[in-house]
Amino acid sequence: MKLFPIKGGIHPEYRKELTSEKPIVALPIPSVLYLPVQQHMGAAASTVVKVGDVVLKGQMLARGQGVVSAPVHAPTSGKIVEIAEMTAPHPSGLPMLTIVLEADGKDQWADLPAPIADPFAESTQVIRARVGESGIVGLGGATFPSAVKLGLGDKNKLEILLLNGAECEPYLTCDDRVMREYAAEVIDGARIMAHALGAPQVVIAIEDNKPQATEAMRKAASAQPNVTIVGVPVQYPMGAERHLTQAVTGRETPARKLTADVGVVVHNVATARAIHHAVRFGRPLLSRVVTVSGHGIKEPKNIEVPLGTPINDLLGFCGGINGQIKRLVSGGPMMGQPIVDTAVPVVKGTSGVLALTGDEVNERPTQPCIRCGTCVSICPCGLVPVEMAALIRNERLEEAAAIGLQDCVSCGSCSYICPSYVPLVHYFNYAKGRLNALDRERRKTEQTKALVEARNARLERVAQAKRDAAARAKAQSQNSDVNKADA
Amino acid sequence: MRIAVDKSGPFTHAPTSVSRTMTLVLAALLPATLYDIWLFGWPAALMFLVTVLSCVGLEAMCLYLSKRPVGPTLADGSAVLTGWLLAMSMPPWAPWWVCFVAAVFAICLAKHAFGGLGQNVFNPAMVGRIAVLVSFPLQMTTFVRPAPLGSAGSPGLIDSIGIIFGHSAMLDSLSAASALGYIKTELSRGIPVSQSILTAPDLTSLALGTHAGSFGETSAFLILLGGLFLIAKRVISWHIPVAVMGTLFLLGTVFSAINPDRFTPGTFQLLSGATILGAFFIATDYVTSPVSKSGQLVYGFGIGFLTWVIRTFAGYPEGMAFAVLLMNALTPIIDHHIRPRAFGRTRKGEPLPLNRGNK
Amino acid sequence: MLIAVGGLAAMGVTLGALLGVAARYLAVEADPLEAELQAMLPGSQCGQCGYVGCQQFAAALAEGHASVAACIPGGHATAEALAKRLGVSLDASDHVETGPMVAFVNEDLCIGCLRCFNECGTDAIVGAAKQVHTVIADVCHACGKCVKACPTEAIEMRPVLPTLATWHWDKPGAHTAH
Repeated sequence: MKLFPIKGGIHPEYRKELTSEKPIVALPIPSVLYLPVQQHMGAAASTVVKVGDVVLKGQMLARGQGVVSAPVHAPTSGKIVEIAEMTAPHPSGLPMLTIVLEADGKDQWADLPAPIADPFAESTQVIRARVGESGIVGLGGATFPSAVKLGLGDKNKLEILLLNGAECEPYLTCDDRVMREYAAEVIDGARIMAHALGAPQVVIAIEDNKPQATEAMRKAASAQPNVTIVGVPVQYPMGAERHLTQAVTGRETPARKLTADVGVVVHNVATARAIHHAVRFGRPLLSRVVTVSGHGIKEPKNIEVPLGTPINDLLGFCGGINGQIKRLVSGGPMMGQPIVDTAVPVVKGTSGVLALTGDEVNERPTQPCIRCGTCVSICPCGLVPVEMAALIRNERLEEAAAIGLQDCVSCGSCSYICPSYVPLVHYFNYAKGRLNALDRERRKTEQTKALVEARNARLERVAQAKRDAAARAKAQSQNSDVNKADA
Repeated sequence: MRIAVDKSGPFTHAPTSVSRTMTLVLAALLPATLYDIWLFGWPAALMFLVTVLSCVGLEAMCLYLSKRPVGPTLADGSAVLTGWLLAMSMPPWAPWWVCFVAAVFAICLAKHAFGGLGQNVFNPAMVGRIAVLVSFPLQMTTFVRPAPLGSAGSPGLIDSIGIIFGHSAMLDSLSAASALGYIKTELSRGIPVSQSILTAPDLTSLALGTHAGSFGETSAFLILLGGLFLIAKRVISWHIPVAVMGTLFLLGTVFSAINPDRFTPGTFQLLSGATILGAFFIATDYVTSPVSKSGQLVYGFGIGFLTWVIRTFAGYPEGMAFAVLLMNALTPIIDHHIRPRAFGRTRKGEPLPLNRGNK
Repeated sequence: MLIAVGGLAAMGVTLGALLGVAARYLAVEADPLEAELQAMLPGSQCGQCGYVGCQQFAAALAEGHASVAACIPGGHATAEALAKRLGVSLDASDHVETGPMVAFVNEDLCIGCLRCFNECGTDAIVGAAKQVHTVIADVCHACGKCVKACPTEAIEMRPVLPTLATWHWDKPGAHTAH
């Protein structure tokens, strides 16, 4: 298959060999699971259980609210012991409503929805409803509710379901292992998704550094004429949705549009596997494969982890932390988030847990920018990071936005490559958040003004009504006076 | 275990640093420098040392006065590089005080008055060179014929100290004009370029440096090797050097074909003066050149064009330094107007039109 | 009786005519800049800027007497918009960034007197007579008028704490002197 070049990007040290040959092992069910009600993009789910309830494996604990949301299920059977605000798996360390489930050790299944015997005979709505009620979200890390993304075929004529097996983040091997060990499940899930989307073709893109996965997938897809496996060059951020679309189809998604607008929908390989489970067996999303790696981990592993497992348990299962670690990261080292507390749980978007030593992180104090322009030449989005950062440093956020701040996907390439160790992406994250905050303030001022005007109008109406009433009363009394006078 | 979080990702970093970049540039300059020292003898070695040490000393002083950490900043190697490039652009036997004044202009005025590394608008080494060129034209245009170390014409260490730190009559006896200067002088005497070029150093001599000229302009070949090394190491990209040299070569070739009596040929433009040094090492200075590749092409073209104009029509025989400074002034404007095309957008910054896909 | 009524009526007509003529010929053109600036302000007349109301503040701004950063409920976004319109630079130092605030009713102290309810410009306080009042946080714009109106000091302004939805990364180096 003909490929197309993508601009910029970097070639970080991948260090995937730490876990790439480690088969996926299942984590024994932990004694207590912590399930935040929001593990996805969109609105938080609302709890449908109360403290003291006994729940079974696969039972819904919190229901999705609105269109863009996802439910949360019990990963094992047990008792709800607490529902409270607890530290969220988020860099802010702020609290989130969390359902605490004490496992009873029986791991007893609830009554699951019936398997869909022939998904290809069902309508797209049926498939989407099943995916939605199974709580499946994008497992690549973006955690966007998959059912919503499977509805993109309604408005767009789709040609390709592009399954993302690039796994361009260093260290992470969870998708690699899933493709190697569960190739048939992934292919089946992908075909179901393509059917739901109305996309005639499935392309599965895998970076060339995963030959075994490519081989396994080729074998599993050999009977499917409309499924193509393609090897894409090893180049970070190849796995970014728009860039992968460009590399495989040559189509450049316009700014502020979706890849669906150019006929392509991108899903992660692990998501396809989850959809296979939901459709064929009625199983909701209860666990995911997590890569636990880094030189700070005694025994790096790929683990199938029940959602809600505390990171502490995961580290313990891997022999614990080895010596001095500099950073503990959830996700990959490029776009992952720092872990603020090892008590926080694994959630749907946790693709990796990395304990990184000082050598691996290679942090140094920031030096003055020497305008070398490397960030400009490697930016996969064609932006000018050096200039945006300079504007943001001077609080000229609007100007930074005018030259493309909102087009930045925070891939981290510029920060990674900067010889002066300027935290460019940190500047952009700050500016994006600050601009959002300012926007909220602006909307609040607008709202305040509208409310003040409404109140003034109301007070005016009340005053007018009083005046009218007084006038009427006066007129009446005058009338009666006249009547009296007449009388 | 709770962990303090002070930084967003990424949580890994390429093994790069400013000092690594600077070290690579210095390494690229080293062969040419050693060759030039051999070529021009002890006085050149002393001149080189005086210039580099002045720059480093002045940098330390400026940092101290502005209450910034001296040690770590000196370690980035930028002052050494500025001094090194400045020395490359000086006459090989320039007296110590000229070197020192040039260093003052380069480090104190061009660099630290603007706020230090990364903040300067103009290339410090070129500011230093231009300042002394217009102030001390005699000292700055007195070039010596190469006399390799150990040869009869090469002064000993003691004599060399006299040449650089005192006044010695030897300089006058050995002085010669640079190739560009020679052509210019002859042209002003009414001798056409087509004739004078025959008596000027030939291309081999220009490439190997066996002719009079600035310390760094006389070994075009080794400088070129150094430049290619930098491109191979991805310290610089090809855009600026190719644009500078291509423009000079094209203009030289075209105009020399039109009127060989008035204009020097493209090959001569390429190999004489500081063309190669300027194209690979001076014009590519990170701080003062545009950050985008397309901007660098425009910038390189501007330098090539201005260098040719100054060499051909102005009073000075060499125009590289002036051309670089003039284009430095345009760098912010180039950066403002020439940006890379953003993903999913047109050059103007509008979202790309949707060509397909909508029902 | 008739003389009194007629006299008053004549006076009314004359003075009314005078006022009408004055309004016609002595009209002060409302400064368009002033109106534009006033439109940018929240309009709740809270007086925290030190002027009587938003119109007076806008007038002072137009004349260049007031700081663009003085409007507390408007926050940074308003200050920036004003600075942009007036072509002045917003000096971070003249804006004391207190962060967003919200009124909070201490239910133990509230006596349900309705004074704050009547004072609130955005109807952010709900409550009835002799009932404990409460604040709708989304609607409160932190003008602070209720705090002054409360006879029992039951209302205080509290900072709005960041939530998972509003949190964002600090500027790099914000913690360390740089």
